Amino acid sequence: MRVSLFVTCLVDQLWSSVGTSSVEVLRRVGCEVEFDDRQTCCAQPAFNTGYRSEARDVARRFIEIFEETKADAIVSPSGSCTAMVRHYPELFADEPDWLKRAQAIAERTHELSSFLIRVLKREDVGASWNGRLTWHDACHGLRDLNLKSEPRTLLKNVHGAEYVELDNADSCCGFGGTFSVKYPEISLAILDQKIEAIERAGVNAVVAGDASCLMQIGGRLSRHGSKVKVMHIAELLASQEMSGNVR
Amino acid sequence: MNHVTSETFDENAKAALADSQLRGALRNATSLFGKRRLAAAQGLTNWEDLRTQARAIKDDVLLHLDQYLENFVSQAEARGAKFHWARDGAEANAIICRLAAERNARSIVKSKSMTTEETHLNVALEAAGIQVIETDLGEYIIQLAEETPSHIIVPAIHKTKRQIAELFTQELGIPPTDDVAKLTSTARATLRDRFAAADIGISGVNFGVAETGTIVILENEGNIRLTTSLPRFHIAVMGIEKVVPRFADLDIFLKLLPRSGTGQRLTTYQSFITGTKQNAFDDGPEELHVVMLDNGRSRMLAHPVTRQSLACIRCGACLNACPVYQQIGGHAYGSVYPGPIGAVITPQLMGLEKTQQLPYASSLCGACREVCPVKIDIPRLLLHLRGEITEKSSPEVQQAKGRTMERFAFKMWRLMMLRPWAYNLSARVGRLFQGLVVKDGKIGRVKSFVGPLAAWTSGRDLRPLDQKSFRDKWASDQGKS
Repeated sequence: MRVSLFVTCLVDQLWSSVGTSSVEVLRRVGCEVEFDDRQTCCAQPAFNTGYRSEARDVARRFIEIFEETKADAIVSPSGSCTAMVRHYPELFADEPDWLKRAQAIAERTHELSSFLIRVLKREDVGASWNGRLTWHDACHGLRDLNLKSEPRTLLKNVHGAEYVELDNADSCCGFGGTFSVKYPEISLAILDQKIEAIERAGVNAVVAGDASCLMQIGGRLSRHGSKVKVMHIAELLASQEMSGNVR
Repeated sequence: MNHVTSETFDENAKAALADSQLRGALRNATSLFGKRRLAAAQGLTNWEDLRTQARAIKDDVLLHLDQYLENFVSQAEARGAKFHWARDGAEANAIICRLAAERNARSIVKSKSMTTEETHLNVALEAAGIQVIETDLGEYIIQLAEETPSHIIVPAIHKTKRQIAELFTQELGIPPTDDVAKLTSTARATLRDRFAAADIGISGVNFGVAETGTIVILENEGNIRLTTSLPRFHIAVMGIEKVVPRFADLDIFLKLLPRSGTGQRLTTYQSFITGTKQNAFDDGPEELHVVMLDNGRSRMLAHPVTRQSLACIRCGACLNACPVYQQIGGHAYGSVYPGPIGAVITPQLMGLEKTQQLPYASSLCGACREVCPVKIDIPRLLLHLRGEITEKSSPEVQQAKGRTMERFAFKMWRLMMLRPWAYNLSARVGRLFQGLVVKDGKIGRVKSFVGPLAAWTSGRDLRPLDQKSFRDKWASDQGKS
């Protein structure tokens, strides 16, 4: 299967290992991966802050670029950015032509873990990692894309890893895009509930499907000098720490 | 304390976050109600169907509101109810004050009603020299403390048992006790005398049934039953959106509302009031007056996107589920309706000038939408309001503090995101300059510099830009790490 990678601007610039890990995992399960370097952002920051016309322009460009690809699917290591693409039709309610194009792109775009499970039906991608880990449900993946069992299934199939469920795994980390800097005090108060739960879980790593949540959670853990690592699910699935030595 | 306004939401929130008693009370109550709601919803196998049906009924009502209101009024009038129409809160209060004056009322008992909170009825009645007593325990506590409710269905959710005990000692002169039963029975004894002496009972309305003209009110304490049956006159204040077509529709709403609000399968009391007493020997009030309140609702109705906010049945589930509400409580919103639904309704009722912070008081996590029994897409409405603020509001709102800068930033962002060369260039420039603040592979607290960076690093380290972007890695080796 041919896949066009929508890497997201955040991963591209701040967390490139999530991008390379996504490529590695997709290739490992037999996908041919392409990357169109004209891509930038999905438009979510503007859309979520109320700058609809700016968002519309950037979304149009995204649609133009990705409708050129002959790939079978557009795959992204982000629930939030995938959800944004799924929201595109809302931006073009009054433009029937663009609406159709937006719907077509939205249907072809998948978040990485859901693509692996729902489309490729792969529950074990041959990953191995040594340690105890837990999963944080990023809100947009959970509530806009209904990702709940998919990432958990993948994580439970990582050889050598011990999976534990996080208390209130489905509660927000407090990031919320510009919310995190408009109301930093509230954002941090929400975050600290998440941090408490993570520390209680006694894990080596907390895993999520969105680099944004991981920046929020990781930034606080790092400020506290915590030993808990934050990892993107793509990084974990790419990991083959115990290769040649799997159960 | 809580005479704060929505204009200072940011400051109110900071003050709330510094109040450890408040946060403790909120944490306990919201998580308890959240758990109970979930258990109650899971107790029904057709919960999702009920939500869908409830929303379909509400959508139908909102599309044909005029017709359903006419049916409701004519049915209720045929059974002796009298109707009054109020464009806004001031009109509603004036109608109620006039009704009270015409009946020489000196004392009024009132049951819990967010609609009368919206009109600030108590202030108007007191100004007219009429004594008014709140008879819902939570509302009574709030009235004694001279505060406002901080939750739609749990008005005193922000108060601890100890704070209530101190309040009762101070205001009712009872010996200090933290025995909940003693506190409750003290309130009960005080309130019983008030019921007996009251000239008028004022209530809200949960549902008005168009088919039969019946007013439906749900409660747990029996005070609504007393308020609406003991005094000679009953005045019910009802938002015009509260009508449902058929009596049978209550089957759905009476399953959804208590479960969503308190996690109960049913409230202890459900009062169905259809007109006035028909025979002199019957029990019940001689007169029933229904004040129908618009107060911005018809404006909300006119808009195809925001119309759905009128589907709200005021259960409060979105407040309990909201991570922001859980941290700061209701008073910080500075509005009658707090939490996610408050952040949607308040700007529509009051205009954006003084409420423009509220649509931004959300991480857009969607927990509110998930629990809403009538499936209101609150995040979408918040986004819509954000769009109204940046694009269609008054110059005053458009040029509010920080917004000019923000607009400029998003214009720059647009230019950058439309042109890969500009995007790449900005990232290179960022890499060049981040050396000033990166230490040990992270960006720690940055006090000076641009606002968002300082705001982020006030409590979190920031991950710096990677030395090599994904696209650079891809260009050099096709994405091999």
